[in-house]
Amino acid sequence: MTVGQWLPTALAAHAPVLLVAVPLILSTPAAILRTGRAGWAIALSGALLALLCAVELFLATRADGAVISYALGGWPPPFGIEFRVDGLNAALLLLLTGAAVLALIFARPSVENEINADKRSLFYSAFLVSLSGLAGVAITGDAFNLFVFLEISSIPTYALIAMGANRDRRALTSAFNYLVMGAIGATFFVIGVGFLYMATGTLNMADLARLLVDMDGDRVVRMGFAFILVGLGLKAALFPLHLWLPGAYAYAPSFVTVFLATTATKVAFYVIIRFSFDVFAIDSGFVVNALTYVVTPLAIAGMIVASAQALFQTDVRRLLAYSSVAQAGYMMLGLGMGSQAGVSAGVLHLINHALMKGVLFMALGAFAISYGVRRIENCKGLGMMMPMTASAFTLGALSLIGVPFTVGFISKFYLIQAALAQGWIFAVAAILISSVLAVFYCYRILVNLWVTPIPEGRRDLAQPTPYLILVPLVGLALANLVFGVHAAPLVDIAETAAAAAINAGTGS
Amino acid sequence: MSWTPELALILALILPLIGGVGVLALGRNPDMRETATLITAGTLVLVVIYLVQVSGQRPEIIVFELAPGLELKFKLEPLGAMFAMVASGLWIINSLYSTAYMRGNNEKNQTRFYFCFTISIAAAMGVALSGNLLTLFFFYEALSLATYPLVAHKGDAKARRGASIYLGILLTTSIGLFLPAVFAVYAFTGSTDFVAGGILAGATGPIAGSILLVLFAFGIGKAALMPVHPWLPNAMVAPTPVSALLHAVAVVKAGVFSILKTVVYIFGVDYMQTLPAADILAWIAGLSIVIASVIAMTKDNFKARLAYSTVSQLSYVTLGAMLASPAALLGAAVQIVMHAYGKITLFMAAGGVYTGAGKTEISQLNGLGRCMPITFTVFGIGALSIIGVPPFGGVWPKIFLMQGAADDGQPWMTLMLIGSTLLNIGYLLPIVIRGFSRPGSGFSPMKPGNLPALAWIAPLITAAGTVALFFAIGPLIDFLTPVFTTQRAP
Repeated sequence: MTVGQWLPTALAAHAPVLLVAVPLILSTPAAILRTGRAGWAIALSGALLALLCAVELFLATRADGAVISYALGGWPPPFGIEFRVDGLNAALLLLLTGAAVLALIFARPSVENEINADKRSLFYSAFLVSLSGLAGVAITGDAFNLFVFLEISSIPTYALIAMGANRDRRALTSAFNYLVMGAIGATFFVIGVGFLYMATGTLNMADLARLLVDMDGDRVVRMGFAFILVGLGLKAALFPLHLWLPGAYAYAPSFVTVFLATTATKVAFYVIIRFSFDVFAIDSGFVVNALTYVVTPLAIAGMIVASAQALFQTDVRRLLAYSSVAQAGYMMLGLGMGSQAGVSAGVLHLINHALMKGVLFMALGAFAISYGVRRIENCKGLGMMMPMTASAFTLGALSLIGVPFTVGFISKFYLIQAALAQGWIFAVAAILISSVLAVFYCYRILVNLWVTPIPEGRRDLAQPTPYLILVPLVGLALANLVFGVHAAPLVDIAETAAAAAINAGTGS
Repeated sequence: MSWTPELALILALILPLIGGVGVLALGRNPDMRETATLITAGTLVLVVIYLVQVSGQRPEIIVFELAPGLELKFKLEPLGAMFAMVASGLWIINSLYSTAYMRGNNEKNQTRFYFCFTISIAAAMGVALSGNLLTLFFFYEALSLATYPLVAHKGDAKARRGASIYLGILLTTSIGLFLPAVFAVYAFTGSTDFVAGGILAGATGPIAGSILLVLFAFGIGKAALMPVHPWLPNAMVAPTPVSALLHAVAVVKAGVFSILKTVVYIFGVDYMQTLPAADILAWIAGLSIVIASVIAMTKDNFKARLAYSTVSQLSYVTLGAMLASPAALLGAAVQIVMHAYGKITLFMAAGGVYTGAGKTEISQLNGLGRCMPITFTVFGIGALSIIGVPPFGGVWPKIFLMQGAADDGQPWMTLMLIGSTLLNIGYLLPIVIRGFSRPGSGFSPMKPGNLPALAWIAPLITAAGTVALFFAIGPLIDFLTPVFTTQRAP
């Protein structure tokens, strides 16, 4: 489908900028209106419009090698700021906005349960700014602009996490932790960009890619790459830079956790792909070495250590947060292979992981609303009391383990195939060990859900799961199954994305 | 839709699931619920009998494809048809027995029990009829998961601990060893299909093939090859019908069946002969047979002794698969059937003793046989079949295996099998002897009428089955022989 076939031409032509601008502009009325319902409605319409733009961009970049370049203010790149969409970030934008819409549907009952009435509209406003920032990071083709969007997305996120203080004061320290680490990460990133600017005199990423081809041995450029990798590693919670993540996921409001787990680290991960494979050409020996000898070992360490840490958590969301760190390791492992198959497997797992963690955190949100459940031992008997929600959770957990005919299996299958193609038996072993650990940490929750009897007195508290939670929850859970059986569409998206990243880098 | 072998194949998979839904729906009315189980089991047996008759046509169905060569695929062949027949045929008898046992012991959560039972049978059917390794793996895991609530049925700390060990060992070995082996087969050959004559020959050398064989032998933990056997004794915390059908028939046989199927249809008989690991694994299986028998002799708990006996008997199948000569493979396949009938008889008798007299330890059994003569008689028949005395079916696999070992030039293996027979006598017959001996002091005879009729009728049927199977060996050999003599397609 080409541009403008189903959207008005004017809208379609400006979709890249609207995707970022609409949520940003809507954040103001959301803040002014001061009622939670109105704020929610505005946030949802903002996310829906963004999704519309993302679908348009996604369809327009389906063709091989298709790139949409949008010059902000009519200043042509590399002088002005460029928004640039190809197969890689189009997929990410779709994931981001789609996750935002689903999370927002889930948000209404959840936010009403967790956030004070007078703060709800501000909450949605902050969320819109954060969404806009993430979209900006994903769409921009300008390295410094990327830094700006990174900050735009991060600052409201700190506030959103801190809102969890209603229920648990530890949200404040977690938010502060994240603020410090996030600020350091962003600083590292901007220093790296500074180095690149020093060496090349340009900030446009496509232009950088063109100039960097001839500067392989340049030490300033290498410093730049190192700073960028570490800075983004912090944002992506690459082990061992993940220390902010468990606290942030565990104490933030449920809705924020759902949104962060499905999008925020994924966007940072995307930027790492963009810089490693597109801005710095993959043939560059330095980047390949960095991926092979730094990223890969850390990814494997994360897969195993974080999974092992998950085994010993008592808070359900903390457990899943450690699992997220481990799963980020899977994505980084795919990236670390440096091959197109590896990147494709990494992107596939990025999408699939969003599907599974979306289900898991939403289900936990539902448990929290109905019974205030935070700890594993409090999950007792929930399977009998909330069968739909618990079944969806179980499906998500099975997918996380990688049972065949769920998306988790597909991810692992492609990762293992990519590793075998490279002869990396150790990577296969790491994936399997991590999967076994996943069995054990999921098992701890599932046993409490299904096997242990309902505690005395809880039965009286029974209340149904709100429909606004059930609909996105069951939808996502089914997506785990459907795309596990019919994997072709997602695999196709991931392969297009990997091709876009790598071909853009090698200039073919 | 007309009645075709393909339709029957699908029906065999779906019927237990439909039955499961029926069990859930009728949960409030126990009599109707058990009727649903029995009707499902009866229909399933009819469908499987039909499948056995058409298994020569080898119908197959591809449900969907994940990637080229990686499908959810079902394919009927004689080995699978045989396993499906054993599992479904004994399910119906076991269902009769379950009714008596579960009600006789006032067990809780019976609806969950019967539901999980139907799901387990569905998974066992999936294992039996799988057309490639991926499908086999999926249903193998489904079987582990579906049986977990059954093992943990009592819900107390002991049951949960036993069930955790059960699931932990089975999942760890399957994901850590079995799954990579499946991936490796796919990486080597681009397919995981079960093909007569095997697919690995020519694709890998003897060393890689040996590693794969080891991965399969230990990764398929349900085969309980030592040292991955501890899940089996731990699973004995389950109610006796579960031990009887699942841990003497469906689950453990799914394990050895998977090994046999992998050896025959993935490795291929000829290729097996070139693998050095096959001999080593045959010895490990032989040692498992002897060591588990010795451990069984030391156990006083009735079910624990039977569990170790099962560990020992399962390794007969693994041994036959590793020897991989036509006679040994035939012995392995026949052992799946014969041991199933023998061991389910023993377990049902043990459950009858528990239901009727509340006894769980062998040392408490003195004189009890005089109160419950039928239970102890059928136990004796089951024991004689396991030991391998004519005219009971259990004699055949031993003969074939000894012949296979001799063909392979391994006289020590033959001696080991004879030694195992002696050990079988040593740990099984004393139970019968105790039963009919003079009661000791403090003997409390069971109250008459404590034991529901079905609890002794069911083992009587399976005991009769062991006799019938002794005479039915001819058709069984004719049915199975094509599997082991089919040469690799040119």
